[in-house]
Amino acid sequence: MITTKDVEHIGWLARLKIEEEQLEGYAGQMNSVLDYFGQLDEVDTEGVEPTYHVLEMNNVFRDDEVTDCLTQDEAIGNAPRTQDGYFKAPRII
Amino acid sequence: MITVSQTLEAIKDSSAEEVVSQCIERIENSKFNTFITVAKDSAPEAARKAEGHTGPLAGVPIAIKDNISTRGIQTTCASKILGGYVPPYDAHVIERLKAAGAIIVGKVNMDEFAMGTSTESSYYGPTLNPWDPERVPGGSSGGSAATVAAGEVPLSLGSDTGGSVRCPASFCGVVGLKPTYGVISRYGLISYANSLEQIGPIASNVGDMTLLFNVIAGHDPRDSTSVAGEKDYTKALVNDVKGLTIGVPKEYFGEGIDQAVEKSVWDGVHRLEDLGASWQEVEMPHTKYALAAYYVIAMSEASSNLARFDGMRYGLRLEKDHDWHTTYSEIRAQGFGEEVKRRILLGTYALSAGYMDKYYIKALKVRTLIRQDFERALKDTDVLIAPTMPTPAFKLSEKISDPLTLYMADVNTVPINLAGVPSVSLPCGFSDGLPIGLQIMGKHFDEETVIRTAYTFEQNTDFHTKAPEVV
Repeated sequence: MITTKDVEHIGWLARLKIEEEQLEGYAGQMNSVLDYFGQLDEVDTEGVEPTYHVLEMNNVFRDDEVTDCLTQDEAIGNAPRTQDGYFKAPRII
Repeated sequence: MITVSQTLEAIKDSSAEEVVSQCIERIENSKFNTFITVAKDSAPEAARKAEGHTGPLAGVPIAIKDNISTRGIQTTCASKILGGYVPPYDAHVIERLKAAGAIIVGKVNMDEFAMGTSTESSYYGPTLNPWDPERVPGGSSGGSAATVAAGEVPLSLGSDTGGSVRCPASFCGVVGLKPTYGVISRYGLISYANSLEQIGPIASNVGDMTLLFNVIAGHDPRDSTSVAGEKDYTKALVNDVKGLTIGVPKEYFGEGIDQAVEKSVWDGVHRLEDLGASWQEVEMPHTKYALAAYYVIAMSEASSNLARFDGMRYGLRLEKDHDWHTTYSEIRAQGFGEEVKRRILLGTYALSAGYMDKYYIKALKVRTLIRQDFERALKDTDVLIAPTMPTPAFKLSEKISDPLTLYMADVNTVPINLAGVPSVSLPCGFSDGLPIGLQIMGKHFDEETVIRTAYTFEQNTDFHTKAPEVV
């Protein structure tokens, strides 16, 4: 059972602020979806390997060669805040 | 609706620029809210430059789903958080389209970050179904299918994570393909659930869809899941199914299926039988668990993929910065819509310590069983046929308020993405004037048989000649 406190905590883990008045709604919806997911418990998966990927591919290598890439201006062109050619993030400390 | 050959004819009679300008005029007068961004300036200019181009799509206008990166044209994923984002590079499919002479006329509407079945979760408002504007066009590539159905453009690209090309193709009476995982590069496709999704072509008929598929399919080293090898898929446009064996999975005709849908799809199977194919019932016993497994996997991947949207490198940034954690949390709270938040929360939960084995790993194991269902069913058959959607298009606001009810609509499309096989949806009938879609699934990398079956069906029926009355 997901409580409103759980929703707040999961939101924190996902860096997603959930407004106080929406906590209840999300908790209810999450519980009904998780109930539905519960039917997976019925399936016998003893000895079944998980499928992370449908193609039988492992590592894909390429030669370590320099190719064209974005210029610095192109790379930061969409950033809402920049300084001296860098992305500007909020203070950490 | 408009075909590619009509478009090429019109270009010959006037010019690519003239044809593209008329196309843009139709888009701007659209009654169905099909586009988010119209390439008003760049498209006519590109058309001028395309004069004399000898590519297979020289001067042909195409609409692109708004989660596919287009250099110089705003790409929003129908989300507030990406408002104003202009990609500095083209997706691989866009590079290939440009090389073939196609003209990008703009970016079409979709469910926010491709999460939805109705195109109602777009920040830019819902797209309407051209067959009945009170109904949804399907989703998440609703704009891509509706703009083709409305006769605004001959071709479009969508993306299909759990049915997002085939569902709107079915609801809008057009043709859409989800290729085998790995056939089309995902480079430049903004990820939602990257182990499931493929870009897919949409057109008014199987021939045009195949022509477009032929242009965009092919190896790209920038997507490590892209497979090597080039094929000419247009060779599969053969009007012949003699000797072909069709499997019909009864699990796809389950609870909640509309009677008209069931009848039209069976009529389709029998039509192919008349043309020399044989059919048999096949069992796919894990089908009923596909929806739960799909949503666990898609939400888990989404919670990880969408972590990149934090307002630092692109998109929404708030007036004032606070500490690191608060700044991100508030940008994401304001930038994402309801359904996106719900999926991030559920995905984060499914991956969190203590629940990962119960939900995520369990879903991946069920995915293996579903993949094996397909391998078994396709062992003695060449293709599988089933309804794309259990019902015709539903009404706007009918299902959006209850997430679980809306998820259920994807019951027949999600297993295909879990297995990674190719599947096409094409029109096979009508119910009260609304189109019905038939789904043809095939073996990994056997698009040719899927296309041949679809083409033969189309050549011997007239459903694809019907178009909505757009007034």
